[in-house]
Amino acid sequence: MNRIQERFQRLATSSTPAFIPYITAGDPTLDATAQLILELERVGADIIELGVPFSDPVADGVVNQEAAQRALQHNVSLHDVVAMVKNVRRRCQVPLVLFTYFNPVLAYGLEQFAEEAAAAGVDGVLCVDLPPEESQEYKRLLDARGIATIFLISPTSTNARIELIARHCSGFVYYVSRTGVTGERREVEQTVRAMVQRIKQHTDTPVAVGFGISTPDQAAEVAGYADGVIVGSAIVRLIGEIGNNPGWVPKVGKFVQSLVDATKTKGASCRT
Amino acid sequence: MNEFESLSATQSHPYPDSRGRYGTYGGKYIPETLMTALDELEAAYRAAQKDAAFHETLARYQADYIGRPTPLYLAQRLTDHLGGAKVYFKREDLAHTGAHKINNALGQALLAQRMGKSRVIAETGAGQHGVATATAAALLGMDCDIYMGVEDMERQKLNVFRMRLLGARVIPVASGTQTLKDAINEGLRDWVTNVRHTHYLMGTVQGPHPFPLICRDFQRIIGQETRRQILEKEGRLPDVLLACVGGGSNSIGLFFDFLSENRIRMIGVEAGGLGIDSGKHAARFFGGKLGTLHGSMSYVLQDENGQIRGTHSVSAGLDYPSVGPEHAYLHETGRIEYTYATDQQALDAFQLTSKLEGIIPALESAHAVAHACELVPKLPKDNIVVINMSGRGDKDVQQAARFILREEEQP
Repeated sequence: MNRIQERFQRLATSSTPAFIPYITAGDPTLDATAQLILELERVGADIIELGVPFSDPVADGVVNQEAAQRALQHNVSLHDVVAMVKNVRRRCQVPLVLFTYFNPVLAYGLEQFAEEAAAAGVDGVLCVDLPPEESQEYKRLLDARGIATIFLISPTSTNARIELIARHCSGFVYYVSRTGVTGERREVEQTVRAMVQRIKQHTDTPVAVGFGISTPDQAAEVAGYADGVIVGSAIVRLIGEIGNNPGWVPKVGKFVQSLVDATKTKGASCRT
Repeated sequence: MNEFESLSATQSHPYPDSRGRYGTYGGKYIPETLMTALDELEAAYRAAQKDAAFHETLARYQADYIGRPTPLYLAQRLTDHLGGAKVYFKREDLAHTGAHKINNALGQALLAQRMGKSRVIAETGAGQHGVATATAAALLGMDCDIYMGVEDMERQKLNVFRMRLLGARVIPVASGTQTLKDAINEGLRDWVTNVRHTHYLMGTVQGPHPFPLICRDFQRIIGQETRRQILEKEGRLPDVLLACVGGGSNSIGLFFDFLSENRIRMIGVEAGGLGIDSGKHAARFFGGKLGTLHGSMSYVLQDENGQIRGTHSVSAGLDYPSVGPEHAYLHETGRIEYTYATDQQALDAFQLTSKLEGIIPALESAHAVAHACELVPKLPKDNIVVINMSGRGDKDVQQAARFILREEEQP
């Protein structure tokens, strides 16, 4: 069984939502990303999303754009990210999801990418600009190697699209909590809970919520009704601020720990 | 059946298909938040196509506001100078706002209004599409924001002022290469955020389906008029059609209605910049490979890891790393030939056209004239060549002066 499914099954037995941090691979360096993966696993991250740097990230806000630029300054490629996963996989079992744009995957070669990502221990892939309609070949190749294909559902998705997307998702469904790019927001939109419930009418696949969640309070709120909570920009911003200071990795770990705690304790209590 | 609704795909060229693809190319490679908006846009467009009132409104604006039909002009002195085929200019430079861009901008703005959108946004490179969009928005009383790369704002100051004068907000884009590609990135980020009340007015035959279709259809009038006009003047169809290709809207606009005339050669001219070997160019068919950018699968200038490469051209409107998917398809089938002209060749043609014809061409259009300078002398005198004079060059005089004066200062 895929590590992502395994993790969600284990969490389901205790009705605990998953906490899923996002970091940009290669920011500030790939070695640092490897260290950070171990640290995030240690503080209780259930799944880690690794952003693959891309020159033209249209779905990302400024924080993630700048992180991608920092990584691209030393030419971090999808090949490098896959190699890093292979390396770190010997030391950890946390499920790893690549969050990428489609062009680097296409340039890699779909079949070669599926092959090498599976061999490296990648558990899931989310192509942010690849809707299910364009994903036939991609999905076939990843499915065949047991890599989960995760797609986005957004506030503008119609019921017909929710149904279509949920059918294509494995591992989990990623619900984008608001229209817009990645980034921090003061409040979680009121419509999120209803939308998560709507998605759950169409699928048994766990639903994780991301985009705009940045504080422990927001994480706790979403944990009250979603199967997973995804936080990206707030962590990426912190890495941008302190990523060159000595001893920064445990500091990021501590922040993520606070998000994990909020998700697990308040999340679980909200549900009961 | 009027010309406009006659066919959005012909029998010999049945594209885009139901999935928005032109063979391998096209499609919708875009975040989920925009997928419903694209479906709504396509539905609204199909409905408008069937609505006589929409066509009437559009036709009235085309005639009374844009000033169509634009003339087909025999460039006699250029013809004499080149000493080969007869050269005609299709005078899109005489369309209101000075370029073909208004054909699409006004059409899409009317569509947006029909869809109940109160705001339009657009990207612009040379500024012509930004000006056209700001103009259409002013005409229809819509809010308008234009994204423009900082580098392009510098080289197209006049157009920045024009857009502001027309009531648009021009938003500088300082990310990435600070040119057209980055302006599109920011435009898409805006659209993904404000999709419910905003229409993204894509300026060329690029982007996710249905944009390449809609833009092509609004630009087809160029070729439809050309066909009628050349038959009136010459009693026969031309032998060669020439147009510059950035995203590819003016060229597809001229070419589309001649696609099934197999005898007619069609040549698209890309920006060769400082030459292909220099790597500083925007010639996608001379160094690009299959990729996805801004919602569409096409030829893309990129490195071996799939990162999009910076491009260079003296002309901001051609300075873009991808090309409309229909062009990629027509390149593959060989129906359209593609070549390039360098910055220098374009600047030479810019001056030649000004001196011989009293027409200052846009630097973009000058690329098409530059290729004509190579080709026309080799063609027999009874051949007819039509060049799409896609825009006028007033906007470019400062940029051109910088290069031309530098040249004259050299011993």
